Amino acid sequence: MFNIERWQEIFETIRKNKLRTFLTGLSVASGIFILVILLGFGQGMTNGVAKEFEEDAANRIVVWTGVTTVEHKGLNPGRFIELRNEDYDLLIKKYEDDLEFKSSVYRIWSGVATYKNESGSYRVEGVYPDYQFIENASLTAGRFLNYDDHNGYEKVIVIGHKVYKDLFGNKEAIGEQVQISGINFKVIGVYSDPGGEREESRIFLPLSTSQRVFNGGNKVRNMGFTLRPQATFQQAVQHSIAISNEIESFLKERHIVAPEDDSAIDSWNSLEEAKRYYDLMDMIKLFFWVVGICTIIAGVVGVSNIMLIIVKERTKEIGIRKAIGAQPWSIIGMILHESIFVTAIAGFLGLIFSMALLEVIGPNIEIDYIVNPSVNFNVAITTVFVLIIAGALAGFFPAWRAARIKPIEALREE
Amino acid sequence: MIEITDLHKSYVMGTNTLHVLKGIDFTVNEGELVAIMGSSGSGKSTLLNILGMLDEADQGTYTLDGTLIHNLNEKIAARYRNKFLGFVFQSFNLISYKNALENVAMPLYYQGVKRNERNEKAMHYLEKVGLAEWATHLPNELSGGQKQRVAIARALASEPKVLLADEPTGALDSTTSYEVMEIIQSINDEGKTILIVTHEDDIAHMCKRIVNLKDGIIIDDSIISQVRVKATSHV
Ligand SMILES: Nc1ncnc2c1ncn2[C@@H]1O[C@H](COP(=O)(O)OP(=O)(O)OP(=O)(O)O)[C@@H](O)[C@H]1O
Ligand SMILES: [Mg+2]
Repeated sequence: MFNIERWQEIFETIRKNKLRTFLTGLSVASGIFILVILLGFGQGMTNGVAKEFEEDAANRIVVWTGVTTVEHKGLNPGRFIELRNEDYDLLIKKYEDDLEFKSSVYRIWSGVATYKNESGSYRVEGVYPDYQFIENASLTAGRFLNYDDHNGYEKVIVIGHKVYKDLFGNKEAIGEQVQISGINFKVIGVYSDPGGEREESRIFLPLSTSQRVFNGGNKVRNMGFTLRPQATFQQAVQHSIAISNEIESFLKERHIVAPEDDSAIDSWNSLEEAKRYYDLMDMIKLFFWVVGICTIIAGVVGVSNIMLIIVKERTKEIGIRKAIGAQPWSIIGMILHESIFVTAIAGFLGLIFSMALLEVIGPNIEIDYIVNPSVNFNVAITTVFVLIIAGALAGFFPAWRAARIKPIEALREE
Repeated sequence: MIEITDLHKSYVMGTNTLHVLKGIDFTVNEGELVAIMGSSGSGKSTLLNILGMLDEADQGTYTLDGTLIHNLNEKIAARYRNKFLGFVFQSFNLISYKNALENVAMPLYYQGVKRNERNEKAMHYLEKVGLAEWATHLPNELSGGQKQRVAIARALASEPKVLLADEPTGALDSTTSYEVMEIIQSINDEGKTILIVTHEDDIAHMCKRIVNLKDGIIIDDSIISQVRVKATSHV
């Protein structure tokens, strides 16, 4: 391996057989290139799907109400069902052990917020302090609502980043007074949400304040919960489905709604949704792996073929070399040395080139469901080695055979 | 230098065996220049290939420069070929992507000679066959005669004890044939033992001894008076 004379001989052979070298190299490099790009986009899709779920806490349950459509226990359809604070209090007591974060939501429609000369229309929601975690919101300034705000009916608000930009530009917002439907509220926090602008154009205030100030009585628009983590994803999904169904039936019974009447009271849980996506994601990953493995196999077959042809083409040369005194092993060594050298260089070129491409274009790609395609370096490098070893093995057997046949037979080869 | 006794060789093809050499006894002393003649298929190449350890005999003994050649594995055969023997083939067998100098230097590479010394030596032998100024040319840029002279230089480069040539002039016209023979004679003059397989009478008579093969046995073996090639200018 470290014999300088051997290296010189290899380099000369490579230099003087440029086409052969180029073709071998091209097939290896393009194989690696295609594989890396493929795996990169597989990863990109995975990232894209995962991003869809960052918006909210992953194990969220939401319950909301509407109008009944089914007659039940003598009550006519068309009733509007409204949840109350008592519903919420009963629920969180009943499911104390299952629920992690919980909040009722009272929504004020047409919430026009005004600060000095700026104003805009936003979703204004009265919530419990836990709501921050249900929404996965993180604060960029100030603090979120707390129970003191709630108990004291404080007129304080936390505004989304979009609201902040609209009303304040880049000015300090904490401590400023914002008018909502003519009533002054003090801004105590600004939050951002992975869900983006849509989720960031909301204003939160204490539930108690919202019900009192906007004549909500003890009405609740909907409720959001997150569940305590479970050991496995499967268990989490099962648990989430079970609890959301239980909550739904509990409320249906309390409000005398037919069990099947989903337009009166309905629930949604993100894990059931997530499971569908994860299943899809597994399919996508599997697909990319199958395609990737097929690509490697094609690459291995290609490299092997080229090595076979090279050795076949060189049989006569091998005969000549043997006639003038080459040892069989020096011939095998020469062929392997050359093939490993060429496949390695080409493999790493393909690797570097494709990784660089992903590196450059990857972060700029943000189509739906494809985010930052990138590739696991270990997988890529393993593939390069697989191809090198395949090339070496594919070269070894014909080289070994060619080195063993009598020189006179090798010389007869044309 | 070469001593063979009762040499047999058969080729097996499917169910048939073709008995090609049927008991050859034959001795060559140092410094001889021997022509091996005989009709096509008489076994000349087979004999030469066995002498050159490119092929193996089925039966009989072969002693080369006092060493009994038997039980050859490829490794040992390769060493002997490199140390004792130089080959010249009818079809030249130069490596096409290497230039004249590199071709001549090849056997030295396998002897483990360092690069500079290799090229120096190779150049010396190229000069000897009158092709110094063609050193950097590829085989396909050389004429048949020139290629054969490169092949001779290559065979000489490893400083073998015996030079074996299978129809070295078979692919050449008579003028170039004579040029090649002139070189062979001059090498022989320096004391090298040379065996040449040939079909041509005039070539055979430029040697010092003619061995005639027929159907796998030697039917005639006689010392002749050598015809010297007229000194012509090289190139
Ligand atoms: N590898 C082989 N397999 C089978 N038969 C062979 C093989 N090599 C040679 N022969 C046969 O052996 C016989 C002798 O062949 P050889 O090449 O020694 O003849 P030759 O005297 O050199 O002939 P030519 O003058 O045509 O070169 C021929 O009949 C040939 O067909
Ligand atoms: Mg012959």
